[in-house]
Amino acid sequence: MTKAASDTQSTPARRSFLETLEIDTRLLGMIGAFIVICLAFQIWTGIRALPEITYNPFAWLANGRYLLPQNVFNITIQMVSVAIMATGMVFIIVTRHIDLSVGALLALCSALMGLLQVWIMPTALGLGIGNPAIAPMTMVAGLALGALVGAFNGWLVGYQRIPAFIVTLGGLLIWRNVGWYMTSGKTLGPLDQTFLLFGGAEGTLGTTLSWVVGFIAAALAVFGLFQARKTKAGHGFAVKPLWAEGVLAGVSVVAILGFIAALNAYQIPAAKLKRMFDARGEVMPDGYSEGFGLPISVLILLLVAVVMTIVARRTRFGRYVFATGGNPDAAELSGINTRLLTVKVFSLMGFLCALSAIVAQARLQNHTNDIGTLDELRVIAAAVIGGTALAGGVGTIHGAILGALIMQSLQSGMAMVGVDSPFQNIIVGLVLVLAVWIDIQYRKRKGIR
Amino acid sequence: MSTENRGTPLVELRDISIAFGGIKAVDHVSIDLYPGEVVGLLGHNGAGKSTLIKCLSGAYQADAGEIWISGDKVEIRNPRDARAHNIETIYQTLALADNLDAASNLFLGRELVTPFGMVDDGRMEAETRKIMGRLNPNFRKFKEPVSALSGGQRQSVAIARAVYFNAKILIMDEPTAALGPHETQMVAELIQELKRQGLGIFLIEHDIHAVMELCDRAVVMKNGQRVGTVNVKDVTDDDILGMIIMGKKPPQAY
Ligand SMILES: Nc1ncnc2c1ncn2[C@@H]1O[C@H](COP(=O)(O)OP(=O)(O)OP(=O)(O)O)[C@@H](O)[C@H]1O
Ligand SMILES: [Mg+2]
Repeated sequence: MTKAASDTQSTPARRSFLETLEIDTRLLGMIGAFIVICLAFQIWTGIRALPEITYNPFAWLANGRYLLPQNVFNITIQMVSVAIMATGMVFIIVTRHIDLSVGALLALCSALMGLLQVWIMPTALGLGIGNPAIAPMTMVAGLALGALVGAFNGWLVGYQRIPAFIVTLGGLLIWRNVGWYMTSGKTLGPLDQTFLLFGGAEGTLGTTLSWVVGFIAAALAVFGLFQARKTKAGHGFAVKPLWAEGVLAGVSVVAILGFIAALNAYQIPAAKLKRMFDARGEVMPDGYSEGFGLPISVLILLLVAVVMTIVARRTRFGRYVFATGGNPDAAELSGINTRLLTVKVFSLMGFLCALSAIVAQARLQNHTNDIGTLDELRVIAAAVIGGTALAGGVGTIHGAILGALIMQSLQSGMAMVGVDSPFQNIIVGLVLVLAVWIDIQYRKRKGIR
Repeated sequence: MSTENRGTPLVELRDISIAFGGIKAVDHVSIDLYPGEVVGLLGHNGAGKSTLIKCLSGAYQADAGEIWISGDKVEIRNPRDARAHNIETIYQTLALADNLDAASNLFLGRELVTPFGMVDDGRMEAETRKIMGRLNPNFRKFKEPVSALSGGQRQSVAIARAVYFNAKILIMDEPTAALGPHETQMVAELIQELKRQGLGIFLIEHDIHAVMELCDRAVVMKNGQRVGTVNVKDVTDDDILGMIIMGKKPPQAY
């Protein structure tokens, strides 16, 4: 093995800082774009908030409203449902398919779950409102429906060879309207109290538990980095210098804990706190305050991100998804059942649509017919901005989530500074095209494909 | 080597036919292969060589005909079935996933996994380094996707994949088409070593000298039909060329 190690180390001795860190420059570019967006809106809102014109950039930044904990919190909970679906869309696009029906499927699952918890379970089945079994049973049914409809789409694409574009374009028209028919177009609410916890502001971990989650996540990140290093060294492959590993670990820890700090800093409004105390039959002490902390919906997104990343990188299924996207014939000749794989990929997408339906419905606090409208476009845009190539074979889970975050930050920022709504859509559209153009230029430079 | 009294053949393709639309790509062809034997498959472009061996590798299903392996009639419906019979194939098109690295391609469909069922990239890369060290010691690009490799490097990966898994039956469809002289020589040595180990090899090859050097028998195809089979020792290269170009069967052929 010593021979192999010396092979790889025979690369030129001087390498740039970034090369030594071995971070994908594309990811770095996206993070840079995200930071630029945040700073731009922070400055914009800061200049507006100042009573008179100053030329002090620090004053602009200090007075901005964009990076206030409240706004960070809101952007985070608003992006969750699109981000969850975007992780599934990565697999769909990587296998050279597309799913235009995710918004419609979200609406269908939401309709079923609305009916179940508002009417069927409490009244028709006689469980009564507030029965603790309602939320879990509703969710299981919704997730099962999503996975089933997704599998059906996948069967049409994989086994019947109908192009995914057509199958899901049909689905876009069908599923939302099946939901509409099921609910007779009525808005369904109020939702089950437990179910509401999954929407965002209604269900947060509180400051202490959030710190616990934050420290666990940070520890896992550091552990993961060094575990990967150990495995590499164990096989005698070249590893980065220890300081580079340390820098990466440090940045990850600061980012994770900083994010938790921001969410913890957002104070629950006094009126709401009082209601919470009243509900428990207690009296709120004077001057009592409490931070929101990490929303359960965001925790779900983080879990989805971790699981989907492991699936993509560390499981055979994920390997087959990428192989099929890179060369479907080669995958088939290697003994991969690409048809069944298509069913699984679409079924996973359907499952994630249902998960997003739980989050979206709970956040909006009821089911409406137009829930998730245009989400298919947001989800596809998030995946593509995140570096998923429509030609197939290329894409990352973290990229897609970052893509969703960039779009939501842009949209929230524009709404905050009062950009007219036609311009909001124009800008989002431009960003999508620009992101893909930059990606193409980047690949050309790097000589990829 | 004589064809009589060698027991059961490793592979027998009996009366295989397959058509695409109106074109009879393979038309009632029978060939066989014994352990420790290299059978060359020759013919002009479009003669039906690749199509014939794809019926054995599971890429296509023959319209008619039978496949017998070690004396048993078998059904090969897909590449998984073929792999289950220890048949490995180097395709003319190489069949590599361009976006994956050499190790992922080598183990595609048969990944090494950790006790937790996760793919073990480290172990697969280490194994890949080992086998590539034998096949193509100059190979260095273990981290890059195979799209970044040269034609010959890609071919080395495809060859490594076919020989890594202890095949009994090896199908090589123009395995050295993209290789340099040194690498071609290494593949020739590899073929001879595998032969000594008792593998049966179908070798599709246009280079007549390589055929004379490596093959025990040669099967010539023309327009989807089998022109004839010869023991390479009994004929000259001109006899074989005559079969390929004119479809002329020398007396030694059967
Ligand atoms: N998938 C296919 N669809 C339609 N026709 C095909 C297909 N595959 C092969 N053919 C036809 O079958 C015939 C035999 O092709 P094949 O690839 O077996 O030739 P070959 O002997 O391998 O030639 P070469 O030396 O050029 O590789 C050709 O006429 C080809 O056009
Ligand atoms: Mg061919």
